[in-house]
Amino acid sequence: MSDPKSLYQEVILDHNRKPRNFGTLEHASHKAEGHNPLCGDHIGLALRLNGDAIEGIAFHGEACAICKASASMMTATVKGKTRQDAETLIREFRDMATGKLDLQRQPHHLGRLSVFAGVRDLPVRVKCAILPWHTLHAALNSVASTSTEADEDPMHATIGDA
Amino acid sequence: MSAIPTSLKSLSRALDVEQIRADFPILKLKVGGKPLVYLDNAASSQMPQPVIDRLVRYQTTQHANINRAVHYLSEVATAEYQEARCKLARFINAREEREVIFTSGTTDAINLVMQGYGRKFIGAGDEIILTTLEHHSNIVPWQMLCEEKGAKIRVVPINDAGELLIDEYEKLFNEHTRFVGVMHVSNALGTINPIKSMIAFAHARGVPVLVDGAQAAPHMPLDVQDLDCDFYAFSGHKVCGPTGIGILYGKAALLEKMQPFKGGGDMILSVTFEKTIYNTIPHKFEAGTPPIAAAIGLGAAVDYLAATGMERIAAHELDLLNYATEQVNRMPGVRIIGTAEKKAAVLSFAVDGVHPHDVGTLLNEEGIAIRTGHHCAQPVMQRFKVPATSRASFAFYNTMAEVDALVAGIRTVQKVFA
Repeated sequence: MSDPKSLYQEVILDHNRKPRNFGTLEHASHKAEGHNPLCGDHIGLALRLNGDAIEGIAFHGEACAICKASASMMTATVKGKTRQDAETLIREFRDMATGKLDLQRQPHHLGRLSVFAGVRDLPVRVKCAILPWHTLHAALNSVASTSTEADEDPMHATIGDA
Repeated sequence: MSAIPTSLKSLSRALDVEQIRADFPILKLKVGGKPLVYLDNAASSQMPQPVIDRLVRYQTTQHANINRAVHYLSEVATAEYQEARCKLARFINAREEREVIFTSGTTDAINLVMQGYGRKFIGAGDEIILTTLEHHSNIVPWQMLCEEKGAKIRVVPINDAGELLIDEYEKLFNEHTRFVGVMHVSNALGTINPIKSMIAFAHARGVPVLVDGAQAAPHMPLDVQDLDCDFYAFSGHKVCGPTGIGILYGKAALLEKMQPFKGGGDMILSVTFEKTIYNTIPHKFEAGTPPIAAAIGLGAAVDYLAATGMERIAAHELDLLNYATEQVNRMPGVRIIGTAEKKAAVLSFAVDGVHPHDVGTLLNEEGIAIRTGHHCAQPVMQRFKVPATSRASFAFYNTMAEVDALVAGIRTVQKVFA
C-alpha cells in the first residue's frame, strides 16, 4: 500500500510474506519462546552465540504481520552483531514503539527498523511489534519463556543496559 | 422472544435510519479523514442526543444524593432515580419495579447473583451448568464459587454452526444440578440461544436460571415474565446508555432469599453493633450512593429504544445481517465463523492468511471500527481452533452502505496481503 500513513509499508509486507531466518537453527546455544496471550501471537527464537557475537539466529511461530515482520527484520539486523549491540537495539526499538524515543532528535541505531515507528499511535499493536525483541532479550539472558503480560510485560520490565 | 419474526421485516422500511443517525452526534465523526463506520456495537453502542441531554439536565438541575435528605433536590433526584427503575422494569416487562437492581453492568450483576445466591445455596458436590458460548464474565465468577465451595461446572457443547447442543444440555442435568447460567445472544458469534425452552427444562427440575442478556437487550423485545427466567442481566452502555450502569432483574421471591453482596449505607434499615436489619429489595443490593446520573441516563436510553421500537430495530438489524452475510459469503478467502440459524447482527469472520489484528488495523485505516481478538470468549475460540476472530457487530443506526464499506475494506485487506 502506498499510503505513507499506513503501518503496512511495503517493507513490512515483504518481510511478512517472505520472512528471513524463518525456521530452525543448528547447534543453538540460546533459546526462548515468547507469547502474547491477548492475541495468541507466539514466537520461538533460537540463537548461536560465539563468545559475544550472534553468529546465527532463527525464529518460528504463528503471529500477525506486524509481529512476523518485526521478527524477520530483527533477526536480519542482529545477525553478526554483539550481545551488547543487540541489547541496545532491543531498548531503542522498545522506546520507539512506545513513543519514548524521538527518531528525529535523539541518536539511535534503528536504521530501517524505524518503519515500525507508526505502532506508537496504535497502543494495542505495540506489543505485536515488541514481542520478538522481548523474546530476544529473554533468550540472551537464558530465560526460556516469556510473555507480553503480567509480570513479564515489556512495558514495565527493565531491558538493555539499564 | 428469542426469535425475530420474519413477518416484521417489512417494518424495517418504517425505520428511518437517516433520521435516527441524526440523533447520534458521534456518527458524524471522521477517522483519519474518512467517515466513521462504527461496527463495534457488541462492545459498546453509541449514545443519542436525547440521552446526552438527559444527563446534562440531571446534572445541571436535579442532582443531589438520594434516599436521605428532606431538601428539594434530594427529593427530585430520588424520584428521578426511582422513575429510571420503573422505565427499566417496563422495558423488560418485569412484574414489579423492585425486581430491578441497578448494578455497574452485566459483570457486576452476575457477580451479585454468585455472591448473593450462589454462596448461600450452592455447596460441595453441587453442579452449575454453563455453555461453551459464555463470556468470561459468566464463567469466572462461577469458577471462583466452585473453588470456594467444592462445586463443579458442567459445560454445554456447541456444534460447528455455533449452536448449543440442546440434547447435551438436557443430559447434563442430574440430582446435583443447582444452577444454570446461559447467555441469551453470543457476543462472539451472534447465536440466539433458545433460552425459553432451556429455562422451562431447568424449572421442571427445580433449577433456577440466570440469563446474560448483554447482547440481547439492545437488539430484540424482552419479556422476562414470558421467558420466566429467574435472573436477567444487561449493561447500560450496550443499549445506548452510559457506562458504569446496568441492571440485574431477579424474581422478587429469589431476591428476598438472597444474602446481600455489599454492605454499607442505603442497604440497611437499622444498624447497631449487635445487629443490622437489612433493607427490603431492591435497596438491600444497592449499598452506597449509586451512579444516579448513569441510572437516569439508562432510563432515558431504554425510553429511546422503546420509542424507536424494538421490533423495528430487530427487523432492520436482521436486514443488515442478511445483507452482510450474503456479501461476505461471496468473497473468496473469507470465512464466517458462527452460522447459527437464529442470529443477532454479529458477523465474526476470518480472512485467509491474514491475522485478525492486521484486518482490524487496516480497516481502521479506512475509518471502519470493528473488534478483533478473542472477545472475552476464549472457550469459543478454542472450539473453532482460532486464536481470535474479526467481528463486525451492527446496531439499528447502521446502514446498508456501511455494510458495503466493510466489504470494500475487507477487499482492501486482501489486496494489501495479496
